[in-house]
Amino acid sequence: MTILPITLTDYLILSGALFSIGVFGVLTRKNAIAVLMGVELMLNAANINLVAFSKFTGPGVDGQVFALFSIVIAAAEVAVALAIVISIYRVTRTIDLDKEDTLKG
Amino acid sequence: MYPFIEQYVWLVPLLPLLGAAVNLLAGSRLPRHAVSTIAVGSISASFVLTVIAYLHIVSLPADHRQFIDTAYTWIGLGGFKVGLSFLVDPLSVVMGMIVSGVSSVIHLYSVGYMHDDRRYSRYFGFLNLFAFAMLLLVLSDSILLMFVGWEGVGLCSYLLIGFWFEKIENARAGMKAFVVNRIGDFGFIVGFLLLFTAIGIRTGTWSLDFGAIQSAVGLVPTAVLTTVGIMLFVGATGKSAQIPLYVWLPDAMAGPTPVSALIHAATMVTAGVYMVARMNFLYALAPDALRVIAIVGALTAFFAATIGLVQNDIKRVLAYSTVSQLGYMFIGVGVGAFSAGIFHLMTHAFFKALLFLGSGSVIHAMSGEQDIRKMGGLSKKLPITTATFVIASLAIMGVPGFAGFFSKDDILYNAYTSPYGGTFVWLLGVLAAVLTGFYMTRLVVLTFYGSSRMDPHTAEHVHESPKTMTIPLIVLAILSAIGGYIGMPEAFGVRNVFAGFLGPVFASGVRLPEGSVPLEWALMGVSVLAAFSGIGLAYYFYAVDTELPAALAEKYNTAFRPAYTGMYVDEFYSKYIVGGVMGLKDLLALFDSHIIDGAVNGTARLGRRLSDFEGAFDRIVVDGAVNAVGNGIVSAGGVLRRLQTGLVQNYLIFAIIGMAILLSFVLL
Repeated sequence: MTILPITLTDYLILSGALFSIGVFGVLTRKNAIAVLMGVELMLNAANINLVAFSKFTGPGVDGQVFALFSIVIAAAEVAVALAIVISIYRVTRTIDLDKEDTLKG
Repeated sequence: MYPFIEQYVWLVPLLPLLGAAVNLLAGSRLPRHAVSTIAVGSISASFVLTVIAYLHIVSLPADHRQFIDTAYTWIGLGGFKVGLSFLVDPLSVVMGMIVSGVSSVIHLYSVGYMHDDRRYSRYFGFLNLFAFAMLLLVLSDSILLMFVGWEGVGLCSYLLIGFWFEKIENARAGMKAFVVNRIGDFGFIVGFLLLFTAIGIRTGTWSLDFGAIQSAVGLVPTAVLTTVGIMLFVGATGKSAQIPLYVWLPDAMAGPTPVSALIHAATMVTAGVYMVARMNFLYALAPDALRVIAIVGALTAFFAATIGLVQNDIKRVLAYSTVSQLGYMFIGVGVGAFSAGIFHLMTHAFFKALLFLGSGSVIHAMSGEQDIRKMGGLSKKLPITTATFVIASLAIMGVPGFAGFFSKDDILYNAYTSPYGGTFVWLLGVLAAVLTGFYMTRLVVLTFYGSSRMDPHTAEHVHESPKTMTIPLIVLAILSAIGGYIGMPEAFGVRNVFAGFLGPVFASGVRLPEGSVPLEWALMGVSVLAAFSGIGLAYYFYAVDTELPAALAEKYNTAFRPAYTGMYVDEFYSKYIVGGVMGLKDLLALFDSHIIDGAVNGTARLGRRLSDFEGAFDRIVVDGAVNAVGNGIVSAGGVLRRLQTGLVQNYLIFAIIGMAILLSFVLL
């Protein structure tokens, strides 16, 4: 059997799947940490896109560099998000998002 | 001759005004001699300026003896202008000289008369203000400015008649003068405003200047002019003390005697006569108004003289005599003989000022006694006063050769011949002349001759007055003796200088019939006879058969009593006029408390009803609308708030659904 070359479409399908899993996680998980993990999946789906387009279009590595920036910024974002989660926990003694409805109208 | 005066006429009234301002504002801090120097100096300077104006005007040709000095525009309202402007013509310059000259003499006299009065500076301030107001009245070029002076003399008469206001009668007399004058002034206002409107409507020029009125007055119908003339004359009856408004003048002697002299001679009472003479061009077109003036003047002359016969107060006799003499002046101007009226005004100013100042000298000598029954035999102790007083009396009685003879004769002659006069007016004038001879002789005999009826204590202190008082007397006595020769009748074969000088002012006035010399001699004979019969009768009564008057008074008490109390006119006024006004007042009060108050209360009640209704409208409709909007928003919010669950994941779902929709637009 011949090994079919991996095309751009494959990468995009992967990243689309990954993004969808991330959205699902973000929308359905009750735990705030799990939601954050879903957000990470969505971010990395985007990173895959960046790298994939970089690989298949032109000689430059702009997209890959961009992905590296994205990863670094995501790290910082996670740190901030976790800090917020800890703060919420300190106040409400829970990180269950269904119970965090103080903004209810 | 002195053209500079044409720019400086305004100084004539201004100087006494400044004198008044200084004396009234700072006089209490000045030494007495400074106060009197300022007062006498300012009015004398005015007199000098008027004399200069006279000399200037005489040097001009007879038809151009007139100029107007406008100091500045007082009221400028579109086309309507009233200047602070002064008219100098023969009439106003003669009046100006009489007013400022006689005032100067009286000011000088007052220095001696008032020397130990507490309110010395105030007195001289008022006196100067009086002279200012009168000069303004005389020199003004428009009726409005004249009216300012007109009101000014009314105010000053009030201030000076009530000068010794510690006694309530004096204050009352001042108020009486003021109120009675106000009644006349009302007529004056109505008169000149009617004239102003009548001319303005017909010509389109709205002006109160004499010149403008004179040139437009012919366009106004006679009926209007007659009304205007009579209304203006109502003003004159107030100022010049004619029937029916003369009642204030006899009471006006409550003031210091020099003030009486000033009011009776130089200022105030002459205002009405002057005004009628000034408006001669109007009266020439309103013969009915002239007839009214002549008849009122004649009645006043006679009526006041009858009251004067029996008065016992020296000043009261003189006061009624002034009313009577003013009646003569109005006969003069009323029959159209304006220059004769002004002539008598002038001679009267001399001798009446002298009579009052002489009586002041007597009162001064008698330590305030004014009752002639308690005098007598003063001629030995007061030689100068007596001599001057006698000269003045001869003048007022119309004894040939003295000033009053010429002027009175001029008036009576014109009263007889003028189409506006007639036998009735003339006869009343002659009868008044008889009475004048009687009461003046009585006054002189009882005061200065016969045996003394003084109480011994007063008699010791009788003394001739100081020089500042006797010099004015002598000056006025000379004028009273010779002042008439400038207006000698044509029958003497000479020109009447006075009438000739005033002639141009009255040129547009009444045409009087040509004189006839025999008639003039005859009428003159009658008036001389009248004067001497009055004198002789009084001499017989009071110097020969001294018991007779008392016996007669006893016998004809019913006739004497009314005359003694002034014919009950004051009582009549207080009962019917004042009483009527009071009744009207009660009626008006009732009207006020029932109808006006009722209307006011009704309005208030209606207002409350209305506001109740409006309150309900507010509460139900306006508030309802506002609340409805609020409630609607609240309930809408109640529905919409459910969208806000507060759950992050719900919001994300919305975001994603929204993104999906947007993407579907892009991709599909």
